[in-house]
Amino acid sequence: MKTERAISSMQTEKRTKPKRKLKGSLHLAGYVFISPWLIGFLLLTLWPIAQSFYLSFTDYSLLEEPVWTGADNYTKIFTNDTTFTKSLSVTFMFVLFSVPLKLFFSLMVALALNKSIRGMNLYRTAIYFPSLIGGSIAVAALWRNMFGIDGYINQVLAWFGVEGIGWISNPDTSLGTLILLNTWQFGSTMVIFLAGLKQVPQELYESASVDGAGKVRKFISITLPMLSPVMFFNLVLGMIGSFQTFTSAFIITKGGPINSTYMYAMFLYEKAFKHYQMGYASALAWILLTIVAILTIINFMASKYWVFYESDGGKTK
Amino acid sequence: MNALRYKLSTHLYLTLFSFLMLYPVIWWAGASLKKTEELSLPTIWPSKPMWSNYWDGWHFSSEYTFAHFFGNTLLMELGNVIGGVATAAIVAYGFGRLNFKFRGVWFSILLLTMMLPGQVTVVPQYILFNKLGFVDSYVPLVLPHFFGGGAFFIFLLVQFIRSIPRDLDEAATIDGASVYGIFGRVILPLLKPALVTVAIFTFIWSWDDFFAQVLYLSSVDKFTVGLALRMFIDQFDIQWGQLLAMSLLSIMPSVIIFFLAQKHFVEGIATTGLKG
Repeated sequence: MKTERAISSMQTEKRTKPKRKLKGSLHLAGYVFISPWLIGFLLLTLWPIAQSFYLSFTDYSLLEEPVWTGADNYTKIFTNDTTFTKSLSVTFMFVLFSVPLKLFFSLMVALALNKSIRGMNLYRTAIYFPSLIGGSIAVAALWRNMFGIDGYINQVLAWFGVEGIGWISNPDTSLGTLILLNTWQFGSTMVIFLAGLKQVPQELYESASVDGAGKVRKFISITLPMLSPVMFFNLVLGMIGSFQTFTSAFIITKGGPINSTYMYAMFLYEKAFKHYQMGYASALAWILLTIVAILTIINFMASKYWVFYESDGGKTK
Repeated sequence: MNALRYKLSTHLYLTLFSFLMLYPVIWWAGASLKKTEELSLPTIWPSKPMWSNYWDGWHFSSEYTFAHFFGNTLLMELGNVIGGVATAAIVAYGFGRLNFKFRGVWFSILLLTMMLPGQVTVVPQYILFNKLGFVDSYVPLVLPHFFGGGAFFIFLLVQFIRSIPRDLDEAATIDGASVYGIFGRVILPLLKPALVTVAIFTFIWSWDDFFAQVLYLSSVDKFTVGLALRMFIDQFDIQWGQLLAMSLLSIMPSVIIFFLAQKHFVEGIATTGLKG
């Protein structure tokens, strides 16, 4: 509507000035417009990446100048740091469980919500709500109370004859409570799935019905392939995000008990800003970057085998 | 009648599931009024509501009330939102409409930065802000928003701008408008709904961006609501009722904005989806 009005108002005005612009000035204008991002990128991303790489080969405490130590940090990390091994395995466990769980839940619920029933918006809002607040320190506090030994979860379990334990203070279950909290926030992933489901052409289902395909068949042959790009997007971003989980571990369990929830991001944070081992922390950061990059590349390569892209007919009209 | 039964059962299980999802939050509201002994009960309403939890929690710190922490956080948010909205639009116009050398390369880099783990840049960024004397100030929290507001928002706005018909630009060019004029008078007004989306998400995400806050703010005077809550949690003898009351208050700004802006929100997304 607005656009139409704008077009018609413009068309009525007189056309006098020449339309061609100098090519050079357009190049310049482009750079003028992107300059805020470009400056920020060079200053707060590219330069820090380079510096972090350099620092990873040094011993640096922030107070004195960095001292070049060669590959010492890396050698120490890989051969003589049990905390590294522990936090890496904890983080892998977290990613391994929370990413698929979240994907599964969000897809299932998106399918259930992809119907035209009255009040659907209400359900959608209710289910999305935990995602809105879930990453906050406030919810971390709530979680700590709920899953404590005196928390109400244990009372509910007692109704079913399950004896309660301190879910957070027990090293066998502490990571599970964090995974549960992460899974509870599947709403934003679900919204992306819902948007994807809306894009699936109804004709496909109709012609499949004509061919006598059942519900399951339609789901496997139409819904899943059509959703696979969205699934891939959620998988890649979900994985990268999970590797960096910080707040929940930092507030709910403080990495404990006995490091059972000592997430990699927290380990790195403490090395850098509690012990001021900036060089060591930078090496940890580069190891994380390498792991995430390799897994993302694997994801992209594997995507050729399962992600289905429609031939791009409708992209430019 | 089968259709009716199907509808009813759908409503039934969706209601049940929504209730299950929201139960912790509903319980939270009741728990904020409970005495410590009652906090282990799954029931919602306390036998005797302790409204004092709110008063005492608000004043838990001997130096400052929560009003101070809310004020700090809102001040920071003001900077973040202004920075993000103003610069994301400018950068997105450059990427979405103008032709310049290496545009494709820069845009790919922009998309790549979305996948970069923040841990790689955080140490040198801290060192930089430390050298400039900005540690324990809001500068390290607010300033990054003035560099385009984040790759995600730039990407969102670029998509939006690409959906605006180019005829508009051409008509304005014929009228003698420069690229700057087209941006200011044609594109920017049309971007409004998408910019509301940017503002909302910037607000909600920076409210919860605990990592940056804990990293850069150290004096209680400058604490955000999140850091004040952390101080509360780290007390030796936690008054859980009060803590839950203040936690609940701390999510209110995001919740209110979410519900108030839902219309804008939906509009913004719907318009983004519209292809020219």
